[in-house]
Amino acid sequence: MKEYLNIALPKGRLGEKVYAMFEAVGFDCPSIRENNRKLIFGNEAVGVRYFWVKPSDVTIYVERGAADIGVAGKDILLEYAPDVYELLDLRTGVCRMAVAAPVGFRDDPARTLRVATKFSEIAQEYYNRQGREIDLIHLNGSIELAPILGLSDVIVDIVETGTTLRENNLEVVETIIPISARLIANKASYQFKNERIRELSEKLAGLVAKKQSEADT
Amino acid sequence: MIRSPEIFKPEERAAFALRSLYRSYGYSQFRMNKFEEYDFYVRNKSFLVSDNIITFTDTNGKLMALKPDVTLSIVRNAKDGEHGTRKVYYHENVYRPARGSRTFREIPQVGLECIGEVDDYAVAEVLSLAVQSLSEIAPRGMLNVSHLGILSELICRAGYPEETHRELFRLIGEKNLGELQQLTSGLGIAPEPAEKLFALLSGSGEVAPTLNLLGGFYSDGAWQSAVAGLRRVVTLLPAGSVRLDFSVVGDRNYYNGIVFHGYAEGIPDRVLSGGQYDKLMQKLGKTSGAIGFAVYLDQIERLTPAAGDYEVDTVVLYGADADLSAVCETVNRLVASGRRAAAVRELPKTLVWRNLIRL
Repeated sequence: MKEYLNIALPKGRLGEKVYAMFEAVGFDCPSIRENNRKLIFGNEAVGVRYFWVKPSDVTIYVERGAADIGVAGKDILLEYAPDVYELLDLRTGVCRMAVAAPVGFRDDPARTLRVATKFSEIAQEYYNRQGREIDLIHLNGSIELAPILGLSDVIVDIVETGTTLRENNLEVVETIIPISARLIANKASYQFKNERIRELSEKLAGLVAKKQSEADT
Repeated sequence: MIRSPEIFKPEERAAFALRSLYRSYGYSQFRMNKFEEYDFYVRNKSFLVSDNIITFTDTNGKLMALKPDVTLSIVRNAKDGEHGTRKVYYHENVYRPARGSRTFREIPQVGLECIGEVDDYAVAEVLSLAVQSLSEIAPRGMLNVSHLGILSELICRAGYPEETHRELFRLIGEKNLGELQQLTSGLGIAPEPAEKLFALLSGSGEVAPTLNLLGGFYSDGAWQSAVAGLRRVVTLLPAGSVRLDFSVVGDRNYYNGIVFHGYAEGIPDRVLSGGQYDKLMQKLGKTSGAIGFAVYLDQIERLTPAAGDYEVDTVVLYGADADLSAVCETVNRLVASGRRAAAVRELPKTLVWRNLIRL
């Protein structure tokens, strides 16, 4: 029997997309496609076990070794800086971390900028690099509301299509960094399940490259 | 006499085994004070795992710190410029936030330092003791060895600007080849050096092929001699328990040569970390070389087996009018036969027992 490779996937649309990639390279687990409320799915024949976890928790499961590998957004990796290997950009779940403000907002560099965000570390680091003093307001959701109600001047948040921003009369002022899903590995698991993790990573890299070249042509 | 060796927790067993191991290789125990002057740590902050230090004002008004690190204290007290090497081991507690935690913890560490004329034998011996330490901790261990001198030389020869080095080393530490590729290709430098770096980081880490790969990068004497130096020490180590992994990057301000991280199966974080830190010695005004490592005993706690089914084998329940000599005799007989026995007047609700004797 193969030793299980434990894989943490983010719940939701991104997780489903990513699972399809794992399946395509031979790390399939048919029970995951059953419509039920289970959180753990295993395929003994292939030696894989998948967990659905909250996207922001994937890094915790991997860093602490409950999962050997996982898939997390670059936003989560930048925000929490977990001590893991970042093996591959899966080039899916593509979006960007951006500064957004009410349409027509004019920044006054002489004033402390009030910034509302869920991503405090990323925002602080971004403005530190510019030497800009900010008043950081950490929120847990509905970030777009902050500038509308005058709680903040700008927001730092993930922008995918920009629809939510437009509907709330906000616009992107600056892109901080492009975001996509990354394959991450626990550093200790990488030692002891080295061949399987490298095999999976190489196969996924091949699949990503193939998709990329198909998209380019 | 210790009646039941299973009483030792894995970290306690490991601490004794490691101390005995280091002692048998001629290392003597180094004892130190729990406190040092705060100033000393502030001057060498970047060598520490965390900036956070517990401080207090001593009765003489001096600001003191509970030691967050052992190596600094040993190095500070080491005599300098003597012939030969001084070999010491320690078993101490340090006080700092655990990685990923925002609160202070007392972290027990065992480790060793070899200070003085650090030759190839000294380096090989320390690496070998690191490998042996891992096998004392768990049946399977893996030591990832890197060489900061070789890695830095590779980066310098590539001509990457100094201001990119910090980011380069961070990405190397993450094995983040994708972003490394983006960074290096954006610098407008020929792709060959970057390809060498990618080949080194994406390989299996097996010792012989990695040394051959390194040897093929440049043919000049300086490069070949650096690779030969690495070859001399790592080929002395047992195959299968060592990987050459250049994603191990210590702080370049302190470490200069070999750096290594150790992993034990069943523990999700590294349990051992060390390297050659001649640059730290220089910063502290010393001319000697030094190499050493620490084993994080708090990590080994993770290997504790699940609690057994019973806390005691037999509960001896005696009444108010029981014959005390009979109680003593029963309990002593059970203990002498190797069982765990608890004599109680009333059955505790939380105690889990297997047999009950009423007296």
